[in-house]
Amino acid sequence: MGQMADHLDDAAHLEDRALRVDQAGLVWGADRAFRLSGAVVLAAFAVLIAVGLLSATSGAAGLPVAGVVEALLAKLPLLGVESSLSERQESILFQIRLPRLVLGMLVGGSLGMAGAAYQGVFRNPLADPYLLGVSAGAGFGAVLAIGFGLDLGWGPFGAVPAAAFVGALLAVSASAAIARSSGSAPTTLLLAGVAMASLFAAAQTYALQQLSETRAREVLSWLFGQLNTSGWAQIWILGPYVMVCGLFLMTHRRHLDVLRVGDDEARALGLNPSRVRFGMIATSSLVTAAAVSVSGLIAFVGLVVPHIVRILVGHSYRVIVPLSALTGAAFLAFVDVGARTLVAPSELPIGVITSFVGAPFFVFVLWRGNTTAT
Amino acid sequence: MTASALSRAPSAALACCGLKVAFKRHEVLCGVDLEIRPGEWLGLIGPNGAGKSTLLRAIAGLVAYEGAVSLSDGTAPSAKDLSLVPQTPLWPSGMTVAEYVLLGRTAHLNWLASESLSDRRIVASVLRRLNLEHFAERLVTNLSGGEAQRVVLARALAQQAPILLLDEPTSALDLGHQSAVLELVDDLRRSDGLSVIAAMHDLSTAARFADRLVLIDEGRLVADGPPDSVLNAELLSAVYGTELTVQRLSAEIVVLPAPRSRGDLPETRNGTSPR
Repeated sequence: MGQMADHLDDAAHLEDRALRVDQAGLVWGADRAFRLSGAVVLAAFAVLIAVGLLSATSGAAGLPVAGVVEALLAKLPLLGVESSLSERQESILFQIRLPRLVLGMLVGGSLGMAGAAYQGVFRNPLADPYLLGVSAGAGFGAVLAIGFGLDLGWGPFGAVPAAAFVGALLAVSASAAIARSSGSAPTTLLLAGVAMASLFAAAQTYALQQLSETRAREVLSWLFGQLNTSGWAQIWILGPYVMVCGLFLMTHRRHLDVLRVGDDEARALGLNPSRVRFGMIATSSLVTAAAVSVSGLIAFVGLVVPHIVRILVGHSYRVIVPLSALTGAAFLAFVDVGARTLVAPSELPIGVITSFVGAPFFVFVLWRGNTTAT
Repeated sequence: MTASALSRAPSAALACCGLKVAFKRHEVLCGVDLEIRPGEWLGLIGPNGAGKSTLLRAIAGLVAYEGAVSLSDGTAPSAKDLSLVPQTPLWPSGMTVAEYVLLGRTAHLNWLASESLSDRRIVASVLRRLNLEHFAERLVTNLSGGEAQRVVLARALAQQAPILLLDEPTSALDLGHQSAVLELVDDLRRSDGLSVIAAMHDLSTAARFADRLVLIDEGRLVADGPPDSVLNAELLSAVYGTELTVQRLSAEIVVLPAPRSRGDLPETRNGTSPR
């Protein structure tokens, strides 16, 4: 019966579809395949700007929205807009609020797009920089660098990102190697990641114990995840990594869609899966490590954000990667508003809030039984 | 060896010389020499585990091998020369038929480029050709067996490779869909001058469609020639380890298990059995 109805339905649609074959001779569906709709990108930017304004105007010293917009426009040449903010308000905006906002967006965007890339590369929707041990490895490297006297301030190629990167790469390659040698089920990789994360966390704890108390406290508060900025310095450290890695992920994201048919078929289609995997993992680990090195460990952003994008907009990595970057930026900036205001005048570590949001979400993903939906 | 094989058939679309594949220490293919002419349908037959699939996978470059696989100009084939229809494709959830077929263009894209209008036109024309036009926006996970097989075939055609490799293309289909898909492949082969190498389970079907059959047993070529010479009851019975008979029904060759003696079956089973 159902099939019968299907056929009738098809017949009715045939004529309708035939009309959609345009003069260029395209079949409508072929024209739309893998296209990222401009409206969706605009909507994501709109959300990002709205969250940005919310963040810039919330806090102890309330700033008016109109004043913030004017102050920003006044920075642009040729517009002739005058800022109506007082000098003190301007310095709050440009020295405290904006750097923190931009840093939050860079970190969130990095974790979002790295999470999307990991999920594509491992064909596993539960892959996430945090769950694969990348963050723990990066954290261990960074603890060594901070705790044992290699301080920030080596310009864009600081010692902390470098140490964090080495740690991140060690952890993710160990996870991948363990998973490969013991079967390719999605859960194997995840369990290997958990094992690596605990190993690096233990190493981190040991390293912490070797530090003096003041140093240890400094490192600990960094580990909880925080966006405490001192002006624009950290943005100049993180910015170049985000630019370079973002460019790489954006230009190579098409390959993630090919990987979805499996390694063998991808190879038969003319793609070298190992090469794609290596490039993607190295890039995502680098940008995760750079983000971790300035913000500490902020969990679950890389898991939650690509998932929300997938549920809302679609399955193709050509859509998921760029939108995860934008959504991740908006998400972390929004969470940071909570971190700053929920227990004002003191502050919550941002990593604590993302875990409060992320852990239930992780359970939700498991509950949906969507583990093969890459 | 390479030189002799090349000089023997300068017009071969594809030639394998001394092809060896080993998994761990177990040799799955032990020195296969094979060539296929342009426009030919070559059927690979043999029992389970004989090495048919492995031979296809080696030709497609999916497993490491010793020996050589070369095109007529002596170069190794790439995804622009060979397209593969896998036995059990992996269907990505949420992907539409048009997107899936567009993946067939991968080999023709530069490392950084994405699909151009002409790639989309090729996909559109392949979809139209296989009557999949109104499936373009259907999800690949919501297809019936016969539709799914046409969609994989469409992806392989979008690859625009002159050689088509089929790995047991119809093992999951019923008789009607089986012959529909194979007829379609045969039409495409004739109109586009494709060469087809197909690993096939069913010997009678293989005889119907292939110009030439190659019988493989334990990693070696046992027989190579037109269906009526390869499908020899004595040879097949030895290779398959069970007694087989080869019958002719008008122009068709049919391979059947040797008749069972029915004397020991109860009378009631004859004719009245529901199956």
